[in-house]
Amino acid sequence: MINKVVSGAEEAIRDIADGATLMLGGFGLCGIPENCINALVKKQVKQLTCISNNAGVDDFGIGLMLQQRQVKKMISSYVGENAEFERQLLSGELEVDLIPQGTLATRCLAAGYGMPAIFTPAGVGTEVAAGKEIRNFNGKDYLMEYAFDADFAIVKAWKGDTAGNLMFRSTSRNFNPVMAMAGKITIAEVEELVEAGELDPDHIHTPGIYVHRIFQGKDYEKRIEQRTVRKSEV
Amino acid sequence: MFSKEEIAQRIAKEIKDGYYVNLGIGIPTLVANYIPKGINVVLQSENGLLGMGPFPFEGEEDADLINAGKQTITTLPGSSIFDSAMSFGMIRAQKVDLTILGAMEVSENGDIANWKIPGKMVKGMGGAMDLVASAKNIIVAMQHVNKAGESKLLPKCTLPLTGVKCIKKIVTELAVLDILPEGGFKLLERAPGVGIEFIQQSTAGRLVVEGEIPEMRLD
Repeated sequence: MINKVVSGAEEAIRDIADGATLMLGGFGLCGIPENCINALVKKQVKQLTCISNNAGVDDFGIGLMLQQRQVKKMISSYVGENAEFERQLLSGELEVDLIPQGTLATRCLAAGYGMPAIFTPAGVGTEVAAGKEIRNFNGKDYLMEYAFDADFAIVKAWKGDTAGNLMFRSTSRNFNPVMAMAGKITIAEVEELVEAGELDPDHIHTPGIYVHRIFQGKDYEKRIEQRTVRKSEV
Repeated sequence: MFSKEEIAQRIAKEIKDGYYVNLGIGIPTLVANYIPKGINVVLQSENGLLGMGPFPFEGEEDADLINAGKQTITTLPGSSIFDSAMSFGMIRAQKVDLTILGAMEVSENGDIANWKIPGKMVKGMGGAMDLVASAKNIIVAMQHVNKAGESKLLPKCTLPLTGVKCIKKIVTELAVLDILPEGGFKLLERAPGVGIEFIQQSTAGRLVVEGEIPEMRLD
């Protein structure tokens, strides 16, 4: 079997160069590849195009890369949690493509399924539709949206094995499995890396064929964006 | 005049047994607190969860378990987890029965604007464009007028659109209104103590008033 295991984030991202297009998994700060983001900040690669549902917060997640001016363009659906992002966007320093969340997910899916484009009704009649081909199926208009073309997909999983198989936990799954399928090179950081054979094949969410590099991450902060609780019932 | 909680309470009366429901951020989130007792409703959170439960008890928060508003939540017996593509797959395929969301503007032909104020606020549409483009039934929960006192129920939206001809019903602090297929806000109910004239003044779009308009009831 090909050896997919790398020593850590630095080795995993070693060949990510200036100008690369990256997909980064996660929803808000949930299920983001913390180790790889930190390594990208340290490596100081620039002019990146980042495809990610959100842009982190000012001092965590992709927000750290924005602080260092490493991002040329963001492709996201919702960026409201990040003041530095909004500042760079309104001042024109940062290029931003805001696209519907389902379109974002499905353009990843299309790439991983080997389909060049999808048709979706999301955005018909809005500025999102500008310049896009519209097709009518059964009396309803749909936009044609292309599959993403990303140099690297960087995802975070709960468990992984040395064959690259991945399992996700709870809603930290989100964009991670579809992005894992969509990168030319897919890097997975996992909380627990085990030997091939230790995970039940029936419980694999992402088959190892999609994963090129895998490592066990460390020091996960797993920051909570909105801590909401209810009082204990006495 | 209704409070935000009362708007949510009124909307909750539209939820029927067996519904799968997607709740947006803001007033729609409050609807979960008023789902009628004795009916079985499954809440969808578009980050990948069916069967959203209440907030966790203090100390039991799980960073891996959040809703689309990034709040810590819990699962319930019967919950399921899936990825973002499947989440919007079930929305696009109209498996979700009811979508409740907020808006900055709604027009009399059912257009909605809720994601961008050019030059001022650019947060993004999140899942709203996907939801309004595909949902079978959409209720908008919002204030009738904005902070500047201007009507949010308009002949035509002025802000960038989220979706076209998709809104069926609106519940505000003043009234319950349906959007007519031929266009126009049909007044169905008014908040206790609110007169038709006041609703008329607060509605910039075409208001259709036919017959007796009852007061909203929450029970």
